[in-house]
Parts: sequence; C-alpha cells; structure tokens
Amino acid sequence: MKKKLTTVEFRGTPEQEAKLLAVIAKYEGVDGKMMPVLQEAQDIYGYLPIEVQKIIAEKTGTPLEEIYGIATFYSQFKLNPNGVYSIAVCLGTACYVKGSQAIIEEISRQLGVEVGSTSPDGKYSLEATRCIGACGLAPVMTINGDVYGRMTKDQVAGILAKYR
Amino acid sequence: MDVNVKINGKDYAVKQGMTVLEAARVANIDIPTLCYLKDINEIGACRLCLVEVSEGGKPFKMVTACVYPVSEGMQILTNTPKINAARKTNLQLVLSNHEKKCLTCVRSTTCELQRLCNEYKVDEDYFKGDQPKFAIDASSPAIIRDNNKCILCRRCVAACKTMQGIGVIGANDRGFDTHIGCQFEKDLGDVACVNCGQCIVACPVGALYERDDTDKVRAAITDPTKKVYICTAPSVRAQIGECFGYAPGTDCEPQMVEALKMLGFDGVFDMNLTADLTIIEEANELISRIQNGGTLPMMTSCSPGWIKYCEHYFPEFTENLSTCKSPQQMFGALMKTYFAQKEGIDPKDIFFVSAIPCTAKKFEVGRPDQSASGYPDVDVAVTTREVGRMIQQAGIDFRALKGTEFDKPFDFGSGAGAIFGATGGVMEAALRYAAEIILGKPLEKPLETPEIRRQNGSDDGYRTATYKVGDLDVKVAVASGTKNAKQLLEDVKSGKLDVQFIEIMCCPGGCVNGGGQPYQPASVRNTVDLRALRASVLYNDDINCDIRESQKNAAVWKLYEEFFGTPNSHKAHEVLHTSYIKRGL
Repeated sequence: MKKKLTTVEFRGTPEQEAKLLAVIAKYEGVDGKMMPVLQEAQDIYGYLPIEVQKIIAEKTGTPLEEIYGIATFYSQFKLNPNGVYSIAVCLGTACYVKGSQAIIEEISRQLGVEVGSTSPDGKYSLEATRCIGACGLAPVMTINGDVYGRMTKDQVAGILAKYR
Repeated sequence: MDVNVKINGKDYAVKQGMTVLEAARVANIDIPTLCYLKDINEIGACRLCLVEVSEGGKPFKMVTACVYPVSEGMQILTNTPKINAARKTNLQLVLSNHEKKCLTCVRSTTCELQRLCNEYKVDEDYFKGDQPKFAIDASSPAIIRDNNKCILCRRCVAACKTMQGIGVIGANDRGFDTHIGCQFEKDLGDVACVNCGQCIVACPVGALYERDDTDKVRAAITDPTKKVYICTAPSVRAQIGECFGYAPGTDCEPQMVEALKMLGFDGVFDMNLTADLTIIEEANELISRIQNGGTLPMMTSCSPGWIKYCEHYFPEFTENLSTCKSPQQMFGALMKTYFAQKEGIDPKDIFFVSAIPCTAKKFEVGRPDQSASGYPDVDVAVTTREVGRMIQQAGIDFRALKGTEFDKPFDFGSGAGAIFGATGGVMEAALRYAAEIILGKPLEKPLETPEIRRQNGSDDGYRTATYKVGDLDVKVAVASGTKNAKQLLEDVKSGKLDVQFIEIMCCPGGCVNGGGQPYQPASVRNTVDLRALRASVLYNDDINCDIRESQKNAAVWKLYEEFFGTPNSHKAHEVLHTSYIKRGL
C-alpha cells in the first residue's frame, strides 16, 4: 500500500539527534550502509520523518529522494509515528472473511485517521496488520496491547470511548 | 583479448567483457531494449532484450542481453520463436497498465514502446491490468511528468542521478504503487531540479516532456498589435534537421531560417550575435575582477541549468558567477531597449521568442532581474523540438527549402559565437578576446584551445589548461554535466584547483546535448556519439567563418557605439547583467 505522509509535528530532541549523528558516523565509508542507518534511525525516533531523512541525506551525501525511495519501498520503515494510542486491526485471512475491513473503515471514519497514518495531534495511529495469530477471536484488533476479539461494527464507538 | 562466440550460427570474435547486446551489434543485430542506457542504466529490468545462450555445451537458457557478459564458445540466438513470444508477452505486460493514448501523445511516432509493439504485433488489450490514475505534475515551468504513461524503466532516474549527479527523482513505494516522483511526494517545481531536461531525452515514452509553449507563439504571431521576433541559439541549427530525418550533425541553418520566416515571424535573428556580446562583457568583467581584486575564479553564466544548480547546491559560489546575462536574455533585453528605441516600437508590443536546445531556458525567462525594459526580456523560449513541431504543423516541407539568411541588423555572429554550443566553447571564445586585451594588440591568428575541448568522446571529469598571454598565466577549467561541475567546485573549495576562470555547462557535452534537442532512440544514443556529431557543425561554422573572434564582429561594436558606450558601462550593466539567488536545498 502507498505510504502516507505524516501530519504529526516533529518532536525530535537534541539527544536523539546526537545519537543519529553517531550512527551515521559509525557507518561512514561502509558500502550498503543505508539500510542499517535507516533501521537504527527508526529505533531512535520510532519512525522516519522528513526531518530525520534530511539529516541522513545531508550527512551521507545521498539525495533525499533516494532515501525516501528506500523508506517507502520496505514495509519495515514507518513515515508515521505510533500514536499515544496505537490501534492495529488484523486483516489476516480469518479476520478479513469475518469482516475486519468494515471494522477498520469504521474506526478510520470515527477518528478521522486514514489507515496507515497518525492523527495530526499524535494521539491515534491506525494500522492494518497481517495475521496476529488469534484467529479464534476473529475479527480482532489491539489498542496498545489490549486485545479486542469477535468485534462488530457497533462495538467500535464504545471501545474507542475508553481511549478518548 | 577476444572471445569467440556464435551468433545465430555465425562465428564472431568479440572483445572480452562485452555484453551479449554489444556482441550482437558487432553482428549488425539490434536487440530491442527499453530500460538500457549505456553506462548509466544497465539494470536488466524491462526484459525486452531476452536472448537464448548456451555456454559450455549446456542447454540454451534465456538471459537479458544488456547485462549478460559473453564467454568463450558461447552460442547466442537472438531471433527464435521462444524469444519472440517472450518479448511479446513482456510488451503486453508493459501495456497492461500503460495509458494508451497514443493518438495525441507527444511521443507518437518517436515512442520506443510504440515502435516495438508495432514490430512485435502485440495485442494491446491482452492483459487488462489495474490502471492507477496519476495526476499530471505540471508544477515546473520546464518539465512535465505524466506517470500514466510511465513504464518504470528508470532511464530518467539514471539520467538525473547517475549522469547528472543530482537525484531529485526516483522510484517511490513498491509493487503496483511504484511511481517515479520526488522526495516526500513533492512536485518537480518544488524541489532542487535544475530543469536540464536530460530526463526527457532519456525517456523512451511520453511520460516526460517539455512544457509546450508553441500555442503562445502562434497566438502572438496572429495578434496584429504584436511585433514577433525570434532568435536561434547556436546549437539549434545543428539539431533541427534531426526533426526532419536528416542525420545527426547536419547543418540546417538556411532552411531553419527560411522555415521560421514562413511561420510569420517579423524578424529571424542569430543568437550568435549576443554570444559575441556576452564574450565582450564577460571577458571585460574577468579582467576587471583580476585587476581590481574581485571574486575569483569567475564562472560563466550562459547555462541556466548550471546557474540553478549553483544556487541550490553551491550557494557559496554565487558571487563567483559572472553577472552577464545569458546570450538568450541579452538578446531579449537588446530587442526591447536598443531595438525598440531604434525602430520606434513600444517594448510592450514586442513579443520576443528564443529558439534553444534547452529546457532550463524556459525557467530562465521567468527569473527575476531579467526585464531590462520593464517587460520580460524574453517572452517565450521554445526548444528545438517545439520549433520542429511548429514547422511540421504548418505543413512546411523543410527538406525542400532552399534556405535563406538571417534578418538584419542581427544577422551575424562570429565563429567564436558559434562554438558557444559545445563544452569548452565559451571559454575558447572568451580567451580569443581576453588574450587580445591583455596583449593590447590583435593575435596573428585566432587562438584555438584544443586542450579544453571535449576529449576522446568522453564527458567525464573536467579539463584544465594554462595559457601564457604576455607575462600573464591565465589558468582555466572547463566542465560539462553537473556531476562533473560538482567535482570541479569541490576541488576549488578544497584548494586543489587554483584557476581564474571556469566554464560550466549544465548538460554533458554542452548545449548540443541539451534537454530540448530532438529525440533519438536508445539504439542511437547507445551507439553514436551524438554530442560529437552535433558539435562538429559548430566547429565547422567556426573554421569556415571569415570572422572567428567576437571582438571582430562589427555589429557588436555598433551596439556599443549607438547604445551602451563601453563594455561594462553603467548602461550595459542595466541591460545586460543580472543577479542570483542563494537557494540552498
């Protein structure tokens, strides 16, 4: 799926930047360094916003577009931060046939957050996941590790109310 | 060392290290390609160059010829039913999500995909793939991207990143979402693109093209209140023939001039004249900087792609840029000041068009500080391709024209002006004049500087030379292509390179290889040295010109006598010079 650009304000700290610069320095002169640099940058910030990619571009002399191309190619890289409440709806086969698509659409509608992105205030992120191995509970979703099984569309509002 | 191979049953000895594709060319066989561009895009992605090979007596297998190296005793089959079927299937897959609006596509008849689909008689609707609808990116004043036509060959990406060393475009997302775009999905007009247009001439299909300004020109010509003039850059005469089936390297100056007159311009002028004017202004500026402790090394300012590159990527060097406008802008400024005054025309009624081999000039016409008369110096810049299109659309039989001469009073430029279109040419032209000023007397014969011309068909790196003029050592450097410019500027920055005067052209090889030149398919680009062929037209013009030095062009001095006074005068600064912006990234 096409990656969504974030609308969440960047809140990087000087400490995070110092760590990032150390990572870039560690890989200086190493061939094929961009993957590990991006992985470690994501470990530091939790995602790869433009502010972080720009630092990497400038310090490694790599065009920003090339870095963005890598970040959007691999599913492991995130352009949006996890929300304070990180919502994940399983779209694995069992959940999908049990109607999880309708559930994720309902959540997206109620929160005004597109699938694969984070609300501008950073409060909610909404993600579609592959099978999480709880097919017996299908359709299933998690919010910060709380598991909600055998979901129906009408339950969405009630569950979200707990996280307002 | 050679290796022996059998191509379609016949024996050939080919160079070791060659690819199967190159070996086949030795046997006069052109294997079809869509993604391959020699040296810059060798990725084996399009799968059109499939051939069958057998090595060491093993069974035949299918490989991509563009990246597969030959080996001793290899047997190569380039034309079997199996290969043809595979190529046909691959073409049908390419078409499955291609927007097939071929009737009105800008590349219809020059499209490499269209040609192959015809040759392989594909069923264009065989596979019905998902066709995502992309918005056309028309944010740039020069380059338009239509991803609905894109086949993801990456030739534009390679031209931008590998050849020019810029890399503002690349492949974003993956799978069916893959598309060529800019960082964080910005539009091309909002990133540090220099508008060189090398992506356009690399594109095999109609996914990239210049902003077509021909309608504006036609509208002006039919407007009775406008006087419409056009001037043609040195390189246009060396390329326009290619739009009408002439071989690259054919000089079509007389036919070009006649065709433009038939289109209805009120005057057709030669930009070589303002190339000469540029030399007079620029050489005097250089000498003044040397004598008065100005910023050195001075860098040429004729190439608007290079100017924008400098402003984005090396803003610390914008003071080094000559303040001279480019010949195109000088011409427009001249038309709307000197010429308007002389002819008694209100500059607002003059519509001035320049014909150029360059897409970056479309950006240049809209730059600030390019309106000497209060109106834009140049109203519209049209590429060689657009000029070709206008001539074609008007039904003019270009090949049947006898040809005619440029209009007075701007009908003549020297040989020095002509060579502006090739890398090293501006420098050579400037040195021919600077040497005379420094020595205080004319040289016995025009200076020629083979050291700084393009060497051995290569555009890699940069060239330097030192010329002893009287007691003075004039140290110069020349680069073409922004990748080479970057290397040169970094060496200036580090102190490794110490020169007084630098010529940089944005496109590799100079304007003769500009982004507005006629399309040539990869099969030609990969095998013919287009830059050398086109440049030969300009060097022949120079050799055959009675006047080979800008300072001997009487028409230029007439301008000083009647209007500017002296080179670099206050008036000259007002009309012929400009300023730059530190853009950064």
